[in-house]
Formats: sequence, C-alpha cells, structure tokens
Amino acid sequence: MLLDKKDWAVVKIIVFLLSLLPFLLLVNDGINDRLGANPIETLHFGFGDWALRFLCITLALSPIKTITRQSWPTRFRRMMGLFTFFYASLHLLVFIVLDLSFSWEAFKDEVPKSPYILMGLLTYLLLFPLAITSTKKMQKRLGRSWVKLHKLVYVAGGTALVHYFWLVKADYTEPLIYALVIGILLAIRIVVYYRRTASL
Amino acid sequence: MLIKTKPNILSSEITDRAVFESRREFIKAATVLSAGMMLPSSGHAETGKYANVPVGPYSAKLQVTDRNDVASYTNYYEFSTNKQDSTVLAKALKTKPWSVEVVGEVEKPGVYNLEDILKDNPVQERIYRFRCVEAWSMVVPWIGFPLGDMLKRFKPSSKAKFVEFTTLYNPEVMVGQRSDVLGWPYVEGLRIDEAMHPLTMMVTGMYGDELPNQNGAPLRLIVPWKYGFKSIKAIVKIRFLETMPETAWHRNAPNEYGFYANVNPEVPHPRWSQSRERVLGGSIFTAKRDTEKFNGYGAEVAALYSGMDLSKYF
Repeated sequence: MLLDKKDWAVVKIIVFLLSLLPFLLLVNDGINDRLGANPIETLHFGFGDWALRFLCITLALSPIKTITRQSWPTRFRRMMGLFTFFYASLHLLVFIVLDLSFSWEAFKDEVPKSPYILMGLLTYLLLFPLAITSTKKMQKRLGRSWVKLHKLVYVAGGTALVHYFWLVKADYTEPLIYALVIGILLAIRIVVYYRRTASL
Repeated sequence: MLIKTKPNILSSEITDRAVFESRREFIKAATVLSAGMMLPSSGHAETGKYANVPVGPYSAKLQVTDRNDVASYTNYYEFSTNKQDSTVLAKALKTKPWSVEVVGEVEKPGVYNLEDILKDNPVQERIYRFRCVEAWSMVVPWIGFPLGDMLKRFKPSSKAKFVEFTTLYNPEVMVGQRSDVLGWPYVEGLRIDEAMHPLTMMVTGMYGDELPNQNGAPLRLIVPWKYGFKSIKAIVKIRFLETMPETAWHRNAPNEYGFYANVNPEVPHPRWSQSRERVLGGSIFTAKRDTEKFNGYGAEVAALYSGMDLSKYF
C-alpha cells in the first residue's frame, strides 16, 4: 500500500482526532453530569490512564518499525509523544485546579506527605523538556544530544509506573498490565540494540 | 374480571433521574432557607420499608448526599475493587434468609435469624458523616439500631474485651473473593467500649429503605468516628474475645491500617494526607473540606482514647 504525501496528511488528521476523542468524551460526560459520584476523581484518573496509554503507544512505535521494517511508525512519534504530554498535563491540571482548588496550603500539606504524588510530579518534569524540544527545529539544533535527551522517555515510563504502583491500595492488576506492556517494549529495544552491536 | 395492580416499587428507582435531581435542588434550597431548623430527614424514598422510622439521637442536621452517589460508589472488594462494578455485581447476593452466628466470650451464643434480631431491636434513622480512608466523605441517613443494645442481649462475659465481625465468604457469588487482593473473609473488630458506645450502629437500611446490596445488605456496622473500612458489610458472625482480633486491612498492610483507624487529620496515611476530604456531591469547583478529628464526633468519643498516643495507635 503506497500512500503519497496528501494521503499521509489525511491519515494524520484522523489519528489526531482519534487521539483527542478520550478528552472530548470525558468533557462531554462532565457537561452532561455523567462523571459519577466523584467527578474530579473520574477526570483525574481518566486523564492519567490516557497519559499512560499514549506513553505505551509512543514507546511501541519504534519496536513496530523494527519488526515490520516499515517507516510509517516514525511519522506518528511526535504526535503520540505530544498526546502523552497533553493527557499528563490535563491530569496534573485537574489535580492542581480541581482537587487542590489552587490552594498553596493544600499543596504544601498534601504533596510532601505523598510519595506517589511526588513521583507523578517527577514524571511530568521528565516529560516537559521532551515536549518543548519536540519541534523539527529543536531536533536539528540539538542534533545528537536530542536523541540522548529523548531517551528520557524510558525513565518517564518507569517513574509513571512507580507513581501508579504507589497509589494503589491493594489491587495491582492494572499497573501490572502497564508494567508488562512497557517491560516488553523495553525488552524488544534491548534485544535489537544488542543484535545491532553484535553484527557490527 | 379483576385486574390486580402492582403496589408501588421503590420510588427512587422508577423516578426519572432529572425529576429526582430537581427535587433535590428544591430540597437543597429548602435547607438553605430553613438554616438551623431540623428538617424531616431529607429527600429520599417516602415509600420505602423504613419510610417512617423515628429519628434517633446523634443524628446530624446536615445536607445528605444524593442517594445515587452513595449507592454507586462503594468499596466492596468482595465483589470488585472498582467502586462502580461492585454496585452491579453485588446484585447477585441473596440476603434473605440471613442469620448471624454469635460465639466466644458470651452467655448466649447461637445462630440468630436476622428477622428475630430486628424484632428485638427497633430501628431508627441517624444522619452521620462517613469518612473513607481514601479521603472522600459523604453524609448518609442510616437506618439501624445501637450495636450495644444488640450485644447486651447476648450477655457478654467479663472476659469479652473485644468484638470481632466477619463478612460472608461465598466466592461463587462474591466474585472478588476469587482473587486474593485481601485475605478472606473480611474481618473487623472493635474494643468492647467502642462497640457499646451509643454512636456505634448496626445498620440495615438507608434513605428510608432497605440497604442496597452494594452498601452492605442485609446487616452492616457503622462506626462514624472511624474510617469507613471499619464499618464492615454483610455480617455473618460476631465473636467476643479477650484479645484484640486481627483485622483484614491491618493484616494486609499493618503499617498503613491500624486496628483503631480513628479519623484523624493529624495522622497522615503513610502515602497520603488525611487533612482534607472530598465531600461527594459537590460541584467540581467545590474545595475539599477540612477533616475533623474523630470525624467531628470528638465530644462523644475522645474520652475513649484519653492517654493514648493516637499516632502510635492509629
């Protein structure tokens, strides 16, 4: 299947709209009072879940590229990475604006007492430089160090998982699924890396 | 030919949600207007089984949480660790007939039918605050009776220093019990003076009607000054003991959940603050409420713990 430049532009728009869909659905539920008994929590967890899902998608693109020997996954790397950042930003925004009601006093009290919140903030700090250096311009300007810098996404994947594990009370099923996915994706990369260095 | 018409079903279940909600708006407005006045206990089913029970002592003059919120947001790990899923899954539980086994340091042990227990213990309504260890809270009109009244009928011996409660274990219906997220069955306990305290309730209904399954039907505990996990659901066994019983959450994570579990903003959970709580039913722009020590019941219960280091005995 050969797609020309125009076709890819259309595909990208479709992928963009699909990626925006979880956000639109949650907002729609909010407007129609369908977020359940604890709407702030529903929004907060919803955006957090999607941040993690997009992080998994982002991390999956390179392995898919290697396995399928196709170049198309690279086209979506920036968009998926930025959607990860988008949902992570909403996740954080709900926490600061709705859960803490912008109260500095509440922030000062609640954040230091909570290792998992600290781990969440650290994850966001790791994603932040990746988002602002995601443009083509920055990619060119930074050259080799851009590649190094963007390896931080693995660290962010790890801290995001720790953030999730630490907030769970007893049922680790969901964070374990994410850990499995991220673990497999990381393992594929390690295997590919060693094969390449071995064949040199 | 005579056509029999069915009697009224639960009005809260057949009323269109929008109508139900607008009624609540009216009640909210009425509450504001009659600030400080005692209102007939809020907007819930007047046609339910317990529609006209008397209001008991200690009932708070508070705006109650929407019944739908209380009935669709439950921590009931016997069914699911998801608060919405447990609502649906709990429907499968058969709560009639039901009996409670009474054992241990007691003169009148035995298996008691719930119907007989209810005959001996007339129910009343009490509006209590309910504070979960997860830092959310609600205000619920419970229907029940003082636990102490019931326990005294079993004649506890002088050796009875603690009371232990056990939830039904039936993994065929309680599908959450098929995985070992917690040790089953769920067990909770109280010191005898806590159990005998007049605030402590055995609950069989809420909002003027029987308890929905997901809220712990047919018989649950309510200890309003303690975190919600102490208020064990679907009780099948009561044991009087001389020593402190091991309890479900304490067994699972002893450094995080103590035996006492008194609501206390000064003692954080090891992983989160307990200073504030999200009150269910507010708008998304409502700020959290400052948590009160003993959930606001300090005047009644603080004396039970005088001289105790509450950060050690959390």
